[in-house]
Amino acid sequence: MSVLVFIEADNGVVKKSSLEAVAYGSKVGAVTVVAMGSIEASELAKVGNYGAEKVLHCSDDRLNDGVISATAKLIAEAVGQSGAETVVMSRSSLVDAVAARVAIKIGASVVTNVQDLPDTSNGFVVKRGVFTGKAFAFVSVPDGKKVITVTKNVVQLEPTSSEAAIEEISVAFDDADFGVKRIGVHKQEGDILLPEADLVVSAGRGMKGPENWQMIEDLATTLGAATACSKPVSDMDWRPHHEHVGQTGIKVAPQLYIAVGISGAIQHLAGVNSSKVIVAINKDPEAPFFKAADYGVVGDAFEVVPKLIEAIKK
Amino acid sequence: MKILVCISHVPDTTTKIKFVDNKLDTNGVQFIIGPYDDFALARAVELKEASGGTVTVLNVGTVDTEPSIRKALAIGADNAVRVDAEPTDSLFVAKQIVAHAASENYDMILMGRESSDFNSGLVHGLVGELLGWPSIAPAMKLDVDGSTAKLSREIEGGHEDVEVQLPFVAGCQEPIAEWKIPNMRGIMMARKKPLEVVEAVAVEGVTAYQSFELPEEKGECKMVDADQMDELVGLLKNEARVL
Repeated sequence: MSVLVFIEADNGVVKKSSLEAVAYGSKVGAVTVVAMGSIEASELAKVGNYGAEKVLHCSDDRLNDGVISATAKLIAEAVGQSGAETVVMSRSSLVDAVAARVAIKIGASVVTNVQDLPDTSNGFVVKRGVFTGKAFAFVSVPDGKKVITVTKNVVQLEPTSSEAAIEEISVAFDDADFGVKRIGVHKQEGDILLPEADLVVSAGRGMKGPENWQMIEDLATTLGAATACSKPVSDMDWRPHHEHVGQTGIKVAPQLYIAVGISGAIQHLAGVNSSKVIVAINKDPEAPFFKAADYGVVGDAFEVVPKLIEAIKK
Repeated sequence: MKILVCISHVPDTTTKIKFVDNKLDTNGVQFIIGPYDDFALARAVELKEASGGTVTVLNVGTVDTEPSIRKALAIGADNAVRVDAEPTDSLFVAKQIVAHAASENYDMILMGRESSDFNSGLVHGLVGELLGWPSIAPAMKLDVDGSTAKLSREIEGGHEDVEVQLPFVAGCQEPIAEWKIPNMRGIMMARKKPLEVVEAVAVEGVTAYQSFELPEEKGECKMVDADQMDELVGLLKNEARVL
């Protein structure tokens, strides 16, 4: 089976989740990668380490803005050039919006939020998350073209020393493809991006106020983790909305999720239940988070977190 | 301004999910308007109240979804359309929306970024592509000035501001508007507002949900004394192998 994998870069570096998509694709078939915007050739060639044979790169600067329609058009064009039957992408704010448009453009079935490799023993069946992480569904996809978006940590990365050949692909964009114009971007530079992070330190109302967040940031810095928060915290503007983890916020799937002073409402758990390991720190021994956590500490965050930072530094 | 808001009818967020005969066990389940759709509806009503126009609500569903549709009318939508069908997947839903919207000259179509039952997050993109309109998601801010809309879209680590000409489709999320709770006057008025029921259009070649599974039960939480953070770090390194 011929597979096309769409990859994204952040600050010119291919995202880890995109490399996971390449590795996923290589377990399904022969992989061609499609990439866009300003990415160094050396960075693109690395996707060969994860199983890609070829990269189709559209260097059109206008694609640096991550325009949904134009990105979808590029991917559809790359499907035509590569003859791919299946398109694989790792979930992101852009991919979630692009996948549907690609599917219509190439006449494909589309399944998002895929959590495992496909079962091809009898057709093509994928496992996907439903009911906000409270269940999984097995979905059979008809013969023909397919678009799937995969979540983090579906495959392990096992790099080789192979490199991919790079070809420039040109697309005849028209004005309508850039109908949505980016007029501003507000992004915290230098931070570890929450949806990409393997380690996440999250805190809730138990922190009592935004002035106490330095301790959480210190713990995150010590671990090399991203910071996150519960919904009440972002609702009160203690922290920005893009840090809000939960049913109506970001859904994360890190290796380790440390929840400090978060009681563990079902809506919050819906955003974190794909984490591999959960640590809950809360002074209330009855906090529901202890039922969802792997490790628990009953204690005052203001005493426990500094001790945890010291223990990690040892 | 003429706005279409598409709503889903989903189990309440605190519902314990169970399956019977490979379908959701709806016994005792309270159904609500999709939480993201609620934000889209609230913003549509705000825009109408500020600049005039109409808000139409559309749902693809059986007669069981009418309480959610009436609630949307009570919140401030002017009229409603129910496409009489059990939704099978995102493409099915999108094609029903497009069949309705194609001849109605809407200025924008709003909905949640995803439904909280099947979480596909596809419908806004499918509708946009099928209509040949731009689509923006996840939208967390929306203002309209004449024929131009300015939206804010969440991206990893922040948000970007975009500008688009009407008409467009947006998949919305908080904090695009304050959630609205229907008041008694709204509930009384909703009873008199028109709710049109239409037949579904035929859609072929859809994906099929074969079976469902619940996540494995979590093991017992291992408690660590608050004074023993060395022990916790050791467990995370040597037992869980995540550090």
